Amino acid sequence: MRKIILAAIAAAALSGTAYADVIKVGVVGPFSGPFALQGKNFKAGIDAYMAINGNKIGDDTVEIIYRDVPQADPAQSKALGQELVVKEKVQYLAGFYFTPDAMAVTPILKQAKVPMVIMNAATSAIMKTSPLVVRTSFTTWQTSTPIATVAFEAGVKKMISVVSDYGPGIDAENAFKAGFVKAGGEVVQSIRMPLTTNDFSPIMQRIKDSGADGVFAFLPSGPTTLGFVKAYNDNGLKAAGVKFFAPGDLTQESDLPALGDAALGIQTTFHYAVSHDSPENKAFVEAATKAIGNKAELSFPAVGAFDGMHVIYKMIEATGGKQDAEKAVDAVKGLSWTSPRGPVSIDPESRHITQNIYLREVVKADDGTYINKEIRTFEKQGDPGLAAVR
Amino acid sequence: MQTVFSIAIDALAYGMVLFVISIGLSVTMGLMRVVNLAHGAFAMIGGYIASYVARDLGLGYSVAVIAAVVLTIIIAIPIERFLYRRIYGAPELTQVLMTIGITFCVIGIANYVMGPTLKTIPLAGPLQGAANLGFRSISVHRLFAIVCGLVVALGLWFAIERTSFGVKVRASVDDAAMASALGVRTEVIYAISFAIAVGLAAFGGVVGAELLPVEPYYALRYMVTFLVVVSVGGAGSIPGALAACLLLGAIDTTGRYLMPEFGEFFFYLAVIAIICVFPRGLAGRAK
Repeated sequence: MRKIILAAIAAAALSGTAYADVIKVGVVGPFSGPFALQGKNFKAGIDAYMAINGNKIGDDTVEIIYRDVPQADPAQSKALGQELVVKEKVQYLAGFYFTPDAMAVTPILKQAKVPMVIMNAATSAIMKTSPLVVRTSFTTWQTSTPIATVAFEAGVKKMISVVSDYGPGIDAENAFKAGFVKAGGEVVQSIRMPLTTNDFSPIMQRIKDSGADGVFAFLPSGPTTLGFVKAYNDNGLKAAGVKFFAPGDLTQESDLPALGDAALGIQTTFHYAVSHDSPENKAFVEAATKAIGNKAELSFPAVGAFDGMHVIYKMIEATGGKQDAEKAVDAVKGLSWTSPRGPVSIDPESRHITQNIYLREVVKADDGTYINKEIRTFEKQGDPGLAAVR
Repeated sequence: MQTVFSIAIDALAYGMVLFVISIGLSVTMGLMRVVNLAHGAFAMIGGYIASYVARDLGLGYSVAVIAAVVLTIIIAIPIERFLYRRIYGAPELTQVLMTIGITFCVIGIANYVMGPTLKTIPLAGPLQGAANLGFRSISVHRLFAIVCGLVVALGLWFAIERTSFGVKVRASVDDAAMASALGVRTEVIYAISFAIAVGLAAFGGVVGAELLPVEPYYALRYMVTFLVVVSVGGAGSIPGALAACLLLGAIDTTGRYLMPEFGEFFFYLAVIAIICVFPRGLAGRAK
């Protein structure tokens, strides 16, 4: 008899916990290796969101489980995604810095009944691979298209494009060309350089020989941008009046201290600058700086992660903590809110974030640090890349 | 014609930077017969020290260069005494495993201590900016790197071929037992050679930092390039390494100007061709 009572109490206790669940969110990103800084930014954004909004939604507790994919590695990403779903029983997958890593996991979402919130991977095509994907970062098309207008309005009619030879670089090349030709300009040459290029002098010579009045450049943030910008200055292109245009990847906040004076005056377009002036951003930067430890390391993946958490919280609210992937995704279609980067919304059709793209110029702030100062806003930009890949 | 000259200048500058960074590895591999995959790690340590001295302490560029070389050697002394001394003469696989392990440790420590962001080394006033060569401009720093490369090449060649120390080094390399029987203190010779190699690595890391910026993964990122230079030039040969750097620099730069889409295709094609014709490198000695 006593056993039965005990069992009944145990059963009651167990079913009781079912009302206050722990909802697990699996985050895949580069937390070690050469891209660890980006993973650190994911974590800072997530920590900042949870510090501001708490880890409880109703009675449910949100728990984040991190998994490390140091470099673009689709096989490992898929294995970790499966492990998170099967063993850890996560209700949401999030993170994903590289496109191939995200693409490797999207095929399992439907069967696992798990929505995915992409916090960085910036290739347009990912959204087509599963209806359960929502993205809160940006696409290279989205950030590279407005700069074409800027270049044309600056009086440049002949451009040369120089990009790193990999997916996002080619996206940037196409996006710029589409935008610039539409505006009425001409792209005289398109150069693709290997990702491992260290010495950019020959490329600068090519630019000079092409006779273009301006150069559009795309390189991933990191060591190579430093060499590229320096080569642009030292080889006399700046002095010769060849104007420089790029998306914001080239002037990341984390690279600016190293770029220093070499970057002054460079204009780039991007969705987020740490210096963005709004109360939301102030609160975000404060919380994220606390999480990351050093403000100089804070850059765009943090805001993608911050907004990604917002979307996941809304999904959890809408489903009451129950696992229902379709309902969760439907609930955030058309969702709009004020992000640290400005007003944003989730486009119901593409499930990609619609946001302002800012034209920024690198300037020296009053405290001697270099910042991207926003000087012009392109409002409510969708993803032009999706139409292009269709 | 202007373009040809321009590319030639770029090729020379790039080749000399490669030379300054790689020559230390040629010394360890050729003279000491140690496959030192931690070469990049020592170059990186030098870069970090120079960056710290010049940027954070605000001392001059020349002080930074000297501090980088001296402090890197001081850091390397215990590493040589306790780790490298065990692998002299060991099979190559053992050497590779240990030095790659050291590399990963250094990467981890650098990441923890200095952070993952890029570090620059502010140049001295006269080295900043660009010089006008009449038909084009080139950064003064590149010219400085060319001069550094020539000085290092001449100095090393002289030390190894023309001094009594060089004689002892070559004797110890060829037959350590016989050399010590004749009164050469091979341990000391090895320690000094290692210190020179590490000092050169640090010097290269500092001088080359404009082209290969200092960050924690520096130690691995450029390792293949260093190894290619040594194997094409012939391990241990100063003129060989110089020729290899100039040749590879020219091929790489021209390839990048004419057909950047092909990436490093021409670079590695040239490496394959040279190694087929000269299996021991351009100036490699037969065993």
